[in-house]
Parts: sequence; C-alpha cells; structure tokens
Amino acid sequence: MEYKDYYKILGVSRDTDTDEIKRAYRKLAHKYHPDVSKEPDAEERFKEVKEAYEVLSDPEKRAAYDQLGSGWQQGQSFEPPPGWEGGFDFGGGAGPGGLGGMGAEEFSEFFENLFGGGFGRSPFGSGSRGRAWGGGGFSAQGEDQHARLEIALEEAYHGGQRRIQLSVPEQDPQGRVTYRTRDLDVTIPPGIRDGQQIRLSGQGSPGPGGGAPGDLYLELHLKPHRHFQVDGKDIYVNLPLTPWEAALGAKVPVPTLGGTVNLTVPAGAQSGQKLRLKGRGLPGSHKGDQYAVLQIQAPQPATEEQTELYRAMARKMAFNPRSHLGV
Amino acid sequence: MAEPPQPVTGVILDEETIYTLSELRQASGLGGDQLVTMVEVGILEPLPERRRWCFTGESVSRLQAALRLQRDLGVNLEGAALALDLLDELHHLRRRSALLERQLAD
Repeated sequence: MEYKDYYKILGVSRDTDTDEIKRAYRKLAHKYHPDVSKEPDAEERFKEVKEAYEVLSDPEKRAAYDQLGSGWQQGQSFEPPPGWEGGFDFGGGAGPGGLGGMGAEEFSEFFENLFGGGFGRSPFGSGSRGRAWGGGGFSAQGEDQHARLEIALEEAYHGGQRRIQLSVPEQDPQGRVTYRTRDLDVTIPPGIRDGQQIRLSGQGSPGPGGGAPGDLYLELHLKPHRHFQVDGKDIYVNLPLTPWEAALGAKVPVPTLGGTVNLTVPAGAQSGQKLRLKGRGLPGSHKGDQYAVLQIQAPQPATEEQTELYRAMARKMAFNPRSHLGV
Repeated sequence: MAEPPQPVTGVILDEETIYTLSELRQASGLGGDQLVTMVEVGILEPLPERRRWCFTGESVSRLQAALRLQRDLGVNLEGAALALDLLDELHHLRRRSALLERQLAD
C-alpha cells in the first residue's frame, strides 16, 4: 500500500495545532467538496482531505500516525510496522457506515489498515451508526454505495448497458483490508439527464452478519458532445444557414439524436433565432425538444461574378444593420 | 476473482419517481422526525395536493447532498438548504452560460 502524507495533503506542518488543522480542512473542503466544487478531480482530492482530517483532528489517531515517523514520502510503498495491530484501539463503530456518498465514505487502504478496524466502520462518525445517510438509528442493513459514471449523450438518448467496476473492501484472516473489484452490468434507461441518479436496490455493500445489502446510487454525467448541447431534456444545435436560405426560406437537414430530420426555415429568418423540433430532445414520458439555433454565414466571394453579386446587392438593397445604433 | 456480471436495472431518481414518507425513511435510514425537520427547513418539499406526504426521486438526491454538506462542511440544515438552492441556481447559470458560449463560438 501507499503511504499517505496527511500533513502535506492538508498543507500544514507537523507541529500545527488542532485549530489550524481544522481551518486548513475547512478551506480545502470548501474547495473540493464534490457537491460544490467544479474541479475535475474534486472527488479524489476531497477524499484525501477528509481522510487526512479524520486522522489529524483526532489526538489518538494523530499520535499513532506521528509514531510512523516523518521519513516517509507521499505515495511511498508502505507496510505497517510489526505489532501495529492491537497496539491501538480505534475499533469504535461496529455498525455499518454512515453514508453520505460520493465515494467519500471510502478510505484508503493505508487508512483502513492503520485505523480501520475492518470495513463497514463508519468513516465520519464516532461509534456505531445506522446506514442512515447522515446518522440515525442502527440497522443491520449494509451500507449504501455511491458511484459516478460518465456516458455519451447518445447513450443517454438510446439507453444501453454499461459495465461498471466497484471496489469492495474485504478483510483477510489477519484482519488486513484488501480491495476486490466487482463487475456490475447496469442498464442505462433511455432519457436520463445529466446529474441524475439511478438507485440500484440491493447492489450496495453487503450487510454485516448476513444482513440485507445496501443500495447503489449511480450518478450519471453526460460527456460534452461535438455538436449538441444539453439543457435538462432539451437539446440545442447550432444550425448554419446561407443568407439566401434565411432570406427566402428553405427546407434544410438537421442532425438529431434520433437521426437527420428536415426543418422548414421560414423566409426572413435571422441569426440567433431558435426553431423548435418538438419531441426531438431526450426521450421519456415528458420528451424534451430540440432547438436549432440559426446562424447565417456569409460566403466569401471566390470569383469576379460572385463579387459582382455582392456589388449588385449593395446597390439594390438599401439596408443599414446599424440603424439601431444611431449611425 | 470477479463475480460473473448480472445486468441490473434501477430506478431513475427523477420527478416521476414518487417516494412516500415511509419509503423515504426506509431508503435514507432517517427517522420520521428527522424528515419532518428536513421539510421544515426547506431541504425537502412534499408534493402539493396529496393527502399524505410524498416526495419526488429528486428529493432523495437533494437530501443526500444536504446530509453530505452537513457532515463534511459542518453547515447546519438551514445553511444546507440555502446552499442547495444556491447550487441549483449556480448549476442552472453554468448550463446557460455554456450553452450561450457555444452558440457564439461556432
């Protein structure tokens, strides 16, 4: 396993007092909390910060951690010193962990082996807690798990199946925690929106003592698309038009997630206008719409004849696009 | 060794998935009185015009986020409710601005 430099993660020195550690944690937690942060690696960073705070804010855990010495580097290969087990009792919660999700309930192998006392322990509470998301009554049900999955917009539209890998902590006969990978094929229902969750009943962690497993909450995010933008269930596409298509009206092909459709552009169309293709957005009992946002593109004249056409327009079409500016 | 995969189907937590109070208690592990508090502070909003309290699937996500904010950042429930409302607004504005930027960029 890899050594974790908790002081470095919180950006504090080894002799920092508890108040300063709390301040450092709060600052980083605000920055990286997955519900708040826009940082791409927020979840991973927040997990580290939370774990570092869990250890350094607890005098006993901090003292034990400090005993490992300061000669270790972040990420260095690490084995607990002989006799570590039993040396400290951080047992605490025998109950399943308080959830909260977003992977934050998961601690590193390093943490689990130094302080864990086995998996299923509540990471953020003291003592036993139920499977409640924030703390609550005890039950023998397993922990809920959270995972995120990025899917393409086409998958959100058509639905499909995706294999996800979940990390499951297991205890070996020596009490060491190891992680096993569990594959799960998940059905993506058509029409799912960005940020929505799918609740997969009974796919969370197994319950202690053979109790019912918790649920798996899978949060789906849409990857950016080359052409389409998404707002809830509605899809937007920029649709370039020639000036004559816009002026005279035309039937033009428009890509949609369900295939190409012909859109009637009314005569006199302008850049920025949105034309709605009803029901061509993401599917569902309330279907979204697709909007084609018109963009008129003026071609560069490539020949003398084409230049002459522009000159003829200049002569024959009185038009001041700046009249509203008073010039 | 990995287990043989089995395809599983879940429920989308959207506005069409309805949770009764007892279903929400079961899903969250929170007690009835705690859920009442969640309604009082504005984290949960029961569906209108129902004889009994019912909540949309989106409420589940909102409740989870509120509890994470409370647990990880030390905000109280009123603060979490405010943060969630502001985050909704922020996400909406980010989406709109991304949309408009893209429309101008092409």
